Amino acid sequence: MLDVQAHLPVLIVTIPLICGVLTIATGKGWKPWAWATAVTGTVFYLTILLMQQVLASATGVVSYELGNWPRQWGIEYRVDALNAFILLIVAGVGFVTTVYAKKSVEKEIPADRHNFFYAVWVLALCGLLGITVTGDAFNVYVLLEISSLTVYALIAMGKDMHRGALTASLRYLILGSVGASFILLGIGYLMMITGTLNMQDMHERLMSVPGILESRTVLVAFAFLLVGLSMKMALFPLHMWLPRAYTYAPSAVSALLAATATKVGVYMAFRFLFTIFGVSFSFIAMPTTLVLATCASVGIIVTGVTAIRQTNLKRMLAYSSVGQLGYIVLGFSLANVNGVAGSVAHILNHALMKGGMFMALGAIVYSQGRCDIRSVRGLGRKMPLTMAAFTVGGLGLVGFPLTAGFISKWYLVQGCLERPHMWPLAGVVLIGSLLAVVYTWRVVEAAYFQEPDDDRPIAEAPLLMLIPMWLMIGASIFFGINATFTGKIAVTAARSLLGVGP
Amino acid sequence: MMFDLSPPLLAIYIPLVGALLIALAGRWPNLREALTLGTAGALLYTVASIVPKVLAPNFWAAYAKAPPLRLIEVLPDVFLELKVEPLGMVFALIAGSLWVLNSLYSIGYMRGNAEKHQTRFYVCFALAIASVMGLAFAGNLFTLFVFYEMLTLTTYPLVAHKGTAEALRSARTYLGILVTTSVCFLLAGIIATYAYTGDLAFKQGGVFTRALADGSLTAPTLGVLFILYMYGIGKAALMPMHRWLPAAMVAPTPVSALLHAVAVVKAGVFSVVKVIIYTFGPLTLISAGQGSWLIFMAGATILIASFIALFQDNLKRRLAYSTVSQLSYIIIAAALLSPLSLMAATLHIAAHAFGKITLFFAAGSIYTASHKTEISQLDGIGRRMPFTMGAFTIGALSMIGLPPTAGFISKWYLLSAAWETEYVFVIVVVVLSTLLNAAYFLPIIYRAFFRAPPPPGSAHRADHGAFAEDPEHPLDHPTAADGLFGDEADHSHAHGTGAHGEAPWPMVVALCSTAAVTVAFFFYSDLAIDLATQLRKGLLP
Repeated sequence: MLDVQAHLPVLIVTIPLICGVLTIATGKGWKPWAWATAVTGTVFYLTILLMQQVLASATGVVSYELGNWPRQWGIEYRVDALNAFILLIVAGVGFVTTVYAKKSVEKEIPADRHNFFYAVWVLALCGLLGITVTGDAFNVYVLLEISSLTVYALIAMGKDMHRGALTASLRYLILGSVGASFILLGIGYLMMITGTLNMQDMHERLMSVPGILESRTVLVAFAFLLVGLSMKMALFPLHMWLPRAYTYAPSAVSALLAATATKVGVYMAFRFLFTIFGVSFSFIAMPTTLVLATCASVGIIVTGVTAIRQTNLKRMLAYSSVGQLGYIVLGFSLANVNGVAGSVAHILNHALMKGGMFMALGAIVYSQGRCDIRSVRGLGRKMPLTMAAFTVGGLGLVGFPLTAGFISKWYLVQGCLERPHMWPLAGVVLIGSLLAVVYTWRVVEAAYFQEPDDDRPIAEAPLLMLIPMWLMIGASIFFGINATFTGKIAVTAARSLLGVGP
Repeated sequence: MMFDLSPPLLAIYIPLVGALLIALAGRWPNLREALTLGTAGALLYTVASIVPKVLAPNFWAAYAKAPPLRLIEVLPDVFLELKVEPLGMVFALIAGSLWVLNSLYSIGYMRGNAEKHQTRFYVCFALAIASVMGLAFAGNLFTLFVFYEMLTLTTYPLVAHKGTAEALRSARTYLGILVTTSVCFLLAGIIATYAYTGDLAFKQGGVFTRALADGSLTAPTLGVLFILYMYGIGKAALMPMHRWLPAAMVAPTPVSALLHAVAVVKAGVFSVVKVIIYTFGPLTLISAGQGSWLIFMAGATILIASFIALFQDNLKRRLAYSTVSQLSYIIIAAALLSPLSLMAATLHIAAHAFGKITLFFAAGSIYTASHKTEISQLDGIGRRMPFTMGAFTIGALSMIGLPPTAGFISKWYLLSAAWETEYVFVIVVVVLSTLLNAAYFLPIIYRAFFRAPPPPGSAHRADHGAFAEDPEHPLDHPTAADGLFGDEADHSHAHGTGAHGEAPWPMVVALCSTAAVTVAFFFYSDLAIDLATQLRKGLLP
């Protein structure tokens, strides 16, 4: 009998990898969906077990060596509070969006391709989970490619193979590949100079060998990684692939990507900047804080203003996602406990809010075939639950108290105030939330206070869409009212990343 | 603690449950309105039951030791918590008692004008009151902020109620200013307070003493924090953050009356006074030499707003600017930082409420009965609506501060405090503003009672003008009221444009009651003065 508890880290990757491929053979109708739901549900359960294991372990780290090869030779999967948390988010959101996907996919994707769709879907999740669980730099790249290639395919399946979806996917393919090559080059240089691919070992060599941090190889590796990762995270101004991709992708895919893909990019940045290069190099020797905080702040403002001007609501949320990512980057660029904790907390909070909001838009597309600002007029009465979910999610983006967004803002603003001479960044965070008021309120106003263009009866979304949507939104409220769990995990993760004692 | 049913919590739960029941009863208007009245009554009873505890002689001795009522730990060490003190008690008592009368008034107004979406209106109203109760009993800054924002959100649908382009535009201004100030300044101030002191609780003497003593906070930084708070509390309508209040006048009159003359604006000045007393501490501010600018800003607001009010022909707008000016009376009193002046601020929160709600009630009943909104249309209206205009006169006298009305009491305390602290500026401002108040209220009364009503033909035009300004309003509206007031409505319609009488009886009852309270407050202000005295006792070391 296989001991599940002992093999959790690797099962989280292998189960979706194998089962994802098998999805193709599940046939037609509801079966691929049921299979994918079962697989993602299992993985979600395993991540919960893994989280418990990490919290219970004395060191706070669960290390797993693949095939019992020592970590110098083989691949090590290494899970601490931070990636257990991210795994939980990715697997949880993955499971809920899979449940949600059924109705939306039936409407948006030809019936004969459902098995392929769900196969690619599960593989994409496999890649994202793999990046998060691994402690091996090259393994990160391999799994990054798995997730990227599958995501390109998912985006290209956009509504009726819409031409926009194909070009959006191609654009993402090109930019994503450039980003991935930068990351690969960075990893290559690092391996060249440290002679290892294990993240822990890399860090130890970088710290112990004298003069190594001043070498040009390390500097170039750092620069390549920073740019590559920024591209994957969609940090302004390297976000150009994201708005189109989210707009034209199938609704369920937009929800999944918004909640997980860029977040995993951020996680990679955590690992490379904090775990491998270390705080003293990344944030003290290098002007990373200046570069990232500037990009993030400009990004928050510019994308906020751009979001206000969009009429397509999916595109609006896409721009908003870039802005919200700005918060996450701004937080960790401060390199202090509150900043990084705000960043970690916002990964969860934004995933829940934005995932839920994209689901609401998916429901609108389901009932009306489109989701621009005109099509939501008067929807507050016709689809009350969907619009309520969107509104509550929007309030979260604004950061109203008792929503999850407030929690992130609380930590972020404190982080900004703690850094001397960085208080204007607190202003950026707060002004960003005002821009969020403007773009969500346009929708709220249209939905609740304007009359619809025609009197076609519009039915509320099916339950199978409403339940996952409200699970996400409900969770975002729950983590806004009781953030002691998020707060503790975020602060623990921040302390371990920064190397400050608990 | 979430299911604890002690009175302060109950005061939040009752309107919340009320809102739910009202929403469920949406299809049966009579039941819905009965529920509104019942909820308001139950709330008033609950709030009143807390009063003896606050007036107890050993209240302050117990206050410092008593643990707050903790609802939930939102962030590590940051709780949603409640704690009762005299200032909050005054505020909750006013909002609770006026909600009963205002509900009665709303029923008359909403039916008399055949407004749409009435269920949404009553639900949001109850939710707003729940937020007000949470705000009044908030035990720390975080809780205050939570309910402050909830109040903004729940009143937004009331301002946007009509759904016309103008209503939406005004509602945008409303939300825009209130959210911008609260998020950019108030929240920043709260987070900075937490960063400097790690303590958000409301304490006698404030929370900054230790940080100031050990040098981690300097006096100028304290001054910056003070600015963040004063301008962050946009609901206090300190200029230039006052624009939302005239914009909010687009709402149905009951909303303007209770929320934008009493609950919301008082939530603002209440927060200002609360923050000055319990977060900064008057003595800390005096010893750090910060905050005296507020006297001058508030003084300027009083005069400028009164001056603008002089030139408003729209009755509700004139009242709105009068509110802006009266709110700054409270701010100026609080800014004087003496025990007597803080007592004056507390009393004026109460005194202004009764007078101003009467004035708005009168404006709403004029609109319901005759559809007149402009002051220039009011010639001779006192003859047709003697009760309404009589009440209006009492309200106006209270605003001017003449005996025998409530306004006199608080003005008395304010002037005493100004003499005591030797701020001549304040005395000059109060005198000038009294003259301005008289200048913009007395002509309305003169017009209503002493000018002859216009001949029928021109009245018709005037009425027509009123309709044209309100295109959303159906011409045959009054008869659409659901039965209860059908008679009055028919009557006013049948006799054509000129010959209207009083508004529906629930409105007249409500406005006469508030007028009576305004006068009664002059003779029997013991409760308010006792509470204010209790507040003052807490200030003296």
